[in-house]
Amino acid sequence: MFVGAIFFPLLGACLSGFLGRWLGDRLAQWSTVACMALAAVCGSLAFGQVAMGSHPATFPLLTWMDVGGLEFSWALRYDTLSVVMVAMVTFISTLIHLYSVGYMSHDATPARFFAYLSLFTFMMLMLVTADNLAQLFFGWEGVGLASYLLIGYWYDRESANRAAMKAFIVNRVGDVFFMLGVALTFFVFGSIEFDTIFANVAEHANDRFAGLPAIELIGVLLFLGACGKSAQIGLHTWLPDAMEGPTPVSALIHAATMVTAGVFLMARMSPIMEYAPVALQIVTVVGATTAIFAATIGCVQNDIKRVIAYSTCSQLGYMFFAAGVGAYQVAIFHLFTHAFFKALLFLGAGSVIHAMSDEQDIRRMGGIWTKIPVTYAVMWIGSLALAGIPFFAGYYSKDAILEAAFAAHSAVGIYAFVCGILAAFLTAFYSWRLLILTFHGKPRADHHTMEHVHESPAVMLIPLLLLAVGAVLTGAIFAPFFIGEHEHEFWNGAIFNGAHNHIMHAMHEVPEWVPLAPTVVGVVGIVLAYVMYMFAPGIPARLAATFRGAYRFLLNKWYFDELYDMIFVQPLRRLAFQFWKVGDARIIDGMPNGAAGIAAGVARGAVRLQTGRVANYAFTMIIGLVIFVSLFLIGR
Amino acid sequence: MNAAGFPLLTLLTFLPLAGAAIIMSVRGTDEVVASNARWTALWTSLIVFLLSLILWVKFDRASSGFQFEEKLAWLPEFGVGYHMGVDGISVLFVLLSTALTPLCILASWESIQVRVREYMVAFLILETMMVGMFAALDFIVFYVFFEAVLIPMFLIIGVWGGPRRVYAAFKFFLYTLLGSVLMLLAILYLWYNAGTTDIPALFEYAVPRSAQTWIFFAFLCSFAVKVPMWPVHTWLPDAHVEAPTAGSVILAGVLLKMGAYGFLRFTLPLLPEASADFAPLIFVLSIVAIVYTSMVALAQEDMKKLIAYSSVAHMGIVTLGIFTFNQQGLSGALFTMLAHGVVSGALFLCVGVLYDRLHSREILRYGGTARVMPAYALVFMLFTMASIGLPGTANFVGEFLVIVGAWRINPWVAFGAATGMVLGACYMLWLYRRVSFGAITRDDVRALLDLSPREYAVFAPLIILTLWMGIYPQPFLSFFEATVAALVARHEAALSISRLAGM
Repeated sequence: MFVGAIFFPLLGACLSGFLGRWLGDRLAQWSTVACMALAAVCGSLAFGQVAMGSHPATFPLLTWMDVGGLEFSWALRYDTLSVVMVAMVTFISTLIHLYSVGYMSHDATPARFFAYLSLFTFMMLMLVTADNLAQLFFGWEGVGLASYLLIGYWYDRESANRAAMKAFIVNRVGDVFFMLGVALTFFVFGSIEFDTIFANVAEHANDRFAGLPAIELIGVLLFLGACGKSAQIGLHTWLPDAMEGPTPVSALIHAATMVTAGVFLMARMSPIMEYAPVALQIVTVVGATTAIFAATIGCVQNDIKRVIAYSTCSQLGYMFFAAGVGAYQVAIFHLFTHAFFKALLFLGAGSVIHAMSDEQDIRRMGGIWTKIPVTYAVMWIGSLALAGIPFFAGYYSKDAILEAAFAAHSAVGIYAFVCGILAAFLTAFYSWRLLILTFHGKPRADHHTMEHVHESPAVMLIPLLLLAVGAVLTGAIFAPFFIGEHEHEFWNGAIFNGAHNHIMHAMHEVPEWVPLAPTVVGVVGIVLAYVMYMFAPGIPARLAATFRGAYRFLLNKWYFDELYDMIFVQPLRRLAFQFWKVGDARIIDGMPNGAAGIAAGVARGAVRLQTGRVANYAFTMIIGLVIFVSLFLIGR
Repeated sequence: MNAAGFPLLTLLTFLPLAGAAIIMSVRGTDEVVASNARWTALWTSLIVFLLSLILWVKFDRASSGFQFEEKLAWLPEFGVGYHMGVDGISVLFVLLSTALTPLCILASWESIQVRVREYMVAFLILETMMVGMFAALDFIVFYVFFEAVLIPMFLIIGVWGGPRRVYAAFKFFLYTLLGSVLMLLAILYLWYNAGTTDIPALFEYAVPRSAQTWIFFAFLCSFAVKVPMWPVHTWLPDAHVEAPTAGSVILAGVLLKMGAYGFLRFTLPLLPEASADFAPLIFVLSIVAIVYTSMVALAQEDMKKLIAYSSVAHMGIVTLGIFTFNQQGLSGALFTMLAHGVVSGALFLCVGVLYDRLHSREILRYGGTARVMPAYALVFMLFTMASIGLPGTANFVGEFLVIVGAWRINPWVAFGAATGMVLGACYMLWLYRRVSFGAITRDDVRALLDLSPREYAVFAPLIILTLWMGIYPQPFLSFFEATVAALVARHEAALSISRLAGM
């Protein structure tokens, strides 16, 4: 069961990837779906046993490396933290597989697509069940590879290839820091296995490395790694471009796999992070900044998937600052609920795109809500959950995050709280902007497209409905376990809160207005969206014209891409060319070639004596040998 | 006698020569000769490979000493003997050489059509030289093999190479030969003072501190060219570009390891103080190699040149790992050498597959090959990812260990090594994207055929090795565990003695 949850997806990937040609498309698809379903069953059973029944376990598989004290194995570690992720990932991924059967039905190579999807899921599962940092890194890089393949799935499009490469390389930048963090961990603890590290943190709490506190440095390095994978500000640029992949891929990247890895890492390393207060402050500030930064961009984007992508970026910011103030449980809870409603939103968007004959620009949609009522309804549910409207899933987790930030009573905590409230307002605003522009108003698509607008087939609607149920209920059902009164038994030590860290209690004792604030700003945001896009549609255009600079700044995503292109990409290219043409060709080769030119004149005479060139050199070699040997013999 | 019960290493070394002799004696029409030459060469190299598996089975992994030793007095009055043997450092390189040779012969099956007999003879002689070099335990014997390797390689590039083959062959030959002359001087000095050229005996001889520096630089000149280290690397891209596919495979897979092997076998044990003194120099050169050549690789328009430059960057990781003098770094360097032998060899074969079909190495000539060659795309992707060092493939294990080892010396050195991770991803993905992805624009690309059964046979062992070494590297790591531990211990002991003497 425990092993099955992880390896069924791999089996599915192999079946579909290697035998796809013999099985045929239909059989290949359904066999991967079946494998995923089996994995989900195993995952749920494991969740029952480990999390609800409090039976953590570790399954060693194979020694990986054992070099001079650096020793670690392939193993599956099942504690509450990992089993929550396993259950969530397998469940969501199964629904996405099912949905893809419908969504990719017109594709030329669906077997390849399903192989990638299952591989992606497998890598994520390896990541969350890792027993040591190296195996975590295996999954970490593995999801990078799978996302690269999936984003570039339509590889004859230039833009898809560019986006795929960008995703991989930006992730790699983060990975460098992760790798260095692992090296430092080994340097400090003499091991990279979690059990050994966690048992010895207190002992090494005051270690210093190169004049800096070692634990803090580990925390910062690992966080920088997490920034790459979880698209935090600075290393976020790959995430919006990742929209080039088919929509189910976006759902998988944003909901279940990949981007949540960074948050998971913070929670997994909580025993170390708890001894690294400065690192945690950095996490909080970066998370809060990302939350507000991505939300501002989300307000002006016109691609339906991009808007949702920026909302993911923003929600990840929430999770990070929750971890930053020490409320890892809350961060994981938001990750868990977010998975449901974000998958729902993306798959819903996919359904819209499917209906609109692959149109993604919301300026060319509108007036379709009567034609695709189920999609419309689930998009509403997803948006309500995202905006944190009471009793939907997002309400429980997002409110808890803001309460925790407030309860931290620190400068960075308040900064995070303010950013979080503002972002909550913007989130509600852009969610309803999206809903209204997509579904209401006069149809802005051409006549031909409008004729073909149709509801998606059942194989796509069933996952949507299941996810909608999740988006409504998961918050209310699981809140007591993740963050409520059963919190302690549920986590069972999988997440560590230091002795000084009382945030899990303090967050329940905040002033009355704090839990109300997010709901209020959420509703205000919704109302504003209605005013601006439904009742007085002239306002947005006038605003954009009045604040032209600000509008362009947001529309161009704070000019991050242009900046990076200017600072890194262009100079690198130019330098690479200079190194090659000047460094290698002129300077390094110039010297021997120049010397050869002088020597050539001298040698020309000598060469004539020889019949063949090889013999010439062999002869020189032997003569040289003789001379040297003789010299030494004489010398003796 | 030794663990095998018969002179195994001598047999491994000289059996290919017997095969070469048989090929030489074949008479008949060109076609008969060519076919006979191919089959004889393949069978000879396969038998050698099977014999070499005895090493894998019988090698005592717990021992740090030399095994399978053979000794004959050759020139006893000069202290020069014929001495063969392997330890944990060299045994896997013998295996790598014997494993790559049959694959190379198979890869040249159809692409070599002129002077097939001579080509196969050259390859078998090359195998003799490679195996002999890794198994030699006498400095003179080593030197003879070390230099003699150049001759068949020179011929392979110069006769069966591309249009600029003569320039490339000479550049290759001159560069590598010039470096070696200084090493010969150093060998003579050692022999003059120690009275022997037997390597285990030399280990007992403490080289005076003053001489160490000079010998170190003499060795450095020779080994750095072979590695190749920056800035003496420019012969490599030219040699690779002009060499036939199989020649590139051996060049990248085995010949590049000779320099690093030299560092491990001679520089470190013989010159501990000088090695420690000049380690920072090596670190700087290695990091420059990693960053500089990775960037140059980014600008390349020729597939083989790009992979050649990536080899230089990977060898930077190796030299960096060697001079960390700790177990992780050294094991990582050794493992990277093996992994690079397999992976870059495979990448050159991947280029060869396309070159055989369209006779062009220009990257822009292709594009969209994934559509018509899905199996090839998968294989190429696997080796691309392996070259990037994705965990689960062979290169990762080595790079990871080197970075961990380097961190113990200096975090900035580790950071320098780690930048290679990003740059490596840039140039390899950029290559893959332009070759395999994109829309097909040319008709001859659209008509390409996917891998043939022969090509599957060539790639299959390399794929298995890459994944095996990545997922379960312990059987490989266990070979050098004891030897590396002994080497580190020796090194530290030597340093502490000199420190005491200095006080």
